[in-house]
Amino acid sequence: MNKLLDRLHNGEILVADGAMGTMLFERGLESSECPEAFNLTRLDILEDIARLYLEAGADIIQTNTFGGSPLKLASYSLEDEASRINRDAVSAVKRAVSGRAYVSASCGPCGKILKPYGDTDPEAVYESFEIQMQAFAEAGCDVICIETMMDLRELLLALEAAKKMAPGIPVMTTMTYDATPQGFFTIMGDTIEKAARALEEAGADVIGSNCGNGIEDMIRIALEYRKHTSLPLIIQSNAGLPLIENGELVYPETPEFMASMAKELVDAGVSIIGGCCGTGPEHIRAIRNSISVFPEHHK
Amino acid sequence: MELLNQISENLQNGFDEKVAALTKEAVEKQIQPEEILNNGLVAGMNIIGRKFKNHEIFLPDVLLAARAMNCAMEVLKPLLIKEGIPIRGKVVIGSVKDDLHDIGKNLVAILLEGAGFEIIDLGNDVPADKFIRVAREENADVIGMSALLTTTMPVMKKVVDLVKDEGLYGKIKIIVGGAPVSKEYALEIGADAYSFDGANAVETVESFFPKRGS
Repeated sequence: MNKLLDRLHNGEILVADGAMGTMLFERGLESSECPEAFNLTRLDILEDIARLYLEAGADIIQTNTFGGSPLKLASYSLEDEASRINRDAVSAVKRAVSGRAYVSASCGPCGKILKPYGDTDPEAVYESFEIQMQAFAEAGCDVICIETMMDLRELLLALEAAKKMAPGIPVMTTMTYDATPQGFFTIMGDTIEKAARALEEAGADVIGSNCGNGIEDMIRIALEYRKHTSLPLIIQSNAGLPLIENGELVYPETPEFMASMAKELVDAGVSIIGGCCGTGPEHIRAIRNSISVFPEHHK
Repeated sequence: MELLNQISENLQNGFDEKVAALTKEAVEKQIQPEEILNNGLVAGMNIIGRKFKNHEIFLPDVLLAARAMNCAMEVLKPLLIKEGIPIRGKVVIGSVKDDLHDIGKNLVAILLEGAGFEIIDLGNDVPADKFIRVAREENADVIGMSALLTTTMPVMKKVVDLVKDEGLYGKIKIIVGGAPVSKEYALEIGADAYSFDGANAVETVESFFPKRGS
């Protein structure tokens, strides 16, 4: 398999996978449980989920390590298991895809707010990410994806830890924005322009957005990123913003709708298209099929 | 009053030490603690809350203002208690399981406390069964839940279901809030009320109780 970044720089469009949480809940995870606890007991389930997305046509498959930083795991008293939780999750996806897709190690927020606004020292957050990144490198992931970040400072700490502990492994970073009348902002007030400039300078290899928006706003987000960076872009969109039906959350965007919008993401300059909350293998399959009808992008 | 305006403005700017000092000054000038609270601190927090909702400011500003509010409350709280402002009811409050942030909840907790309610703050990442367990143990009147993420909202329904299972529905009132939460969602899951901001949460919780002195 060719190197991921080479393919992106050659103008190829790749498809990433969809949501992980829903897949875990459908397979017995309780809402009170730590999602990453499955990595200690049910690696077979992680392999099954990876295979489903592989069969749907994803080129990039993520690991179940979103909350795998020791700081985040500490809320379930699992911080001492952090290395194993992260290593074994990477290994499980590697076994499942056996070279047919890139293994992307997911790293989400630590769940703390940095000083001076919150009570957590940046050093503690950095050290926590170091442990996670080291485990990713040891297990041999193909790429690291720092995702769903709402605080640029925290994202930069994670990126620094990745560059130090996993040298040579490309890093993708995605932030979550709210659409406001004044434009897109993270809840901490970071803009797309500010994030794009800081992340490019800090050495991110691929940047973009995940979660928080449906695919139409994601097209606007991608266009805004494109204005401020020449790096390859990644977009992992929710299947719309959730509606409530019979007291349950329902994500409204169908696989067909998201697939019909995928071309616009490509036109906006996005290199990697995947899904987030509310998307499953059917969404990824539809996006895959719609991307494949634009062969001019497959050099 | 000028001094109370200064308290409000410094609070909005997150100057915690200045707010605490001005609060002390107001107390020394014999301004009633309740007036300092309502027309200085809560007035400032309400502006912060409204600006945050309108995306004019972001979480960092809210967090700094909330800290300034807390600093001032350390000065005021003993006085409010000494004044015999009665405990109006007991509220168990928290952000639901797996929610990353608890700022909205903190704001509501501060405002409710300022309004004379006893607050048991369970923090963030609170599992459904813990809300019920603590509410039972503490003999609470109200459970308040906040969610900032759509993915964590179903925990609210779980709490309502547990309250029903335990035969406490109607005895313990349930109020929900947070950015993705709506009045419709509150109705759907059977919560007693939804509130759209901190000040509204106080009004709503007050409406659960008979008027003071009556």
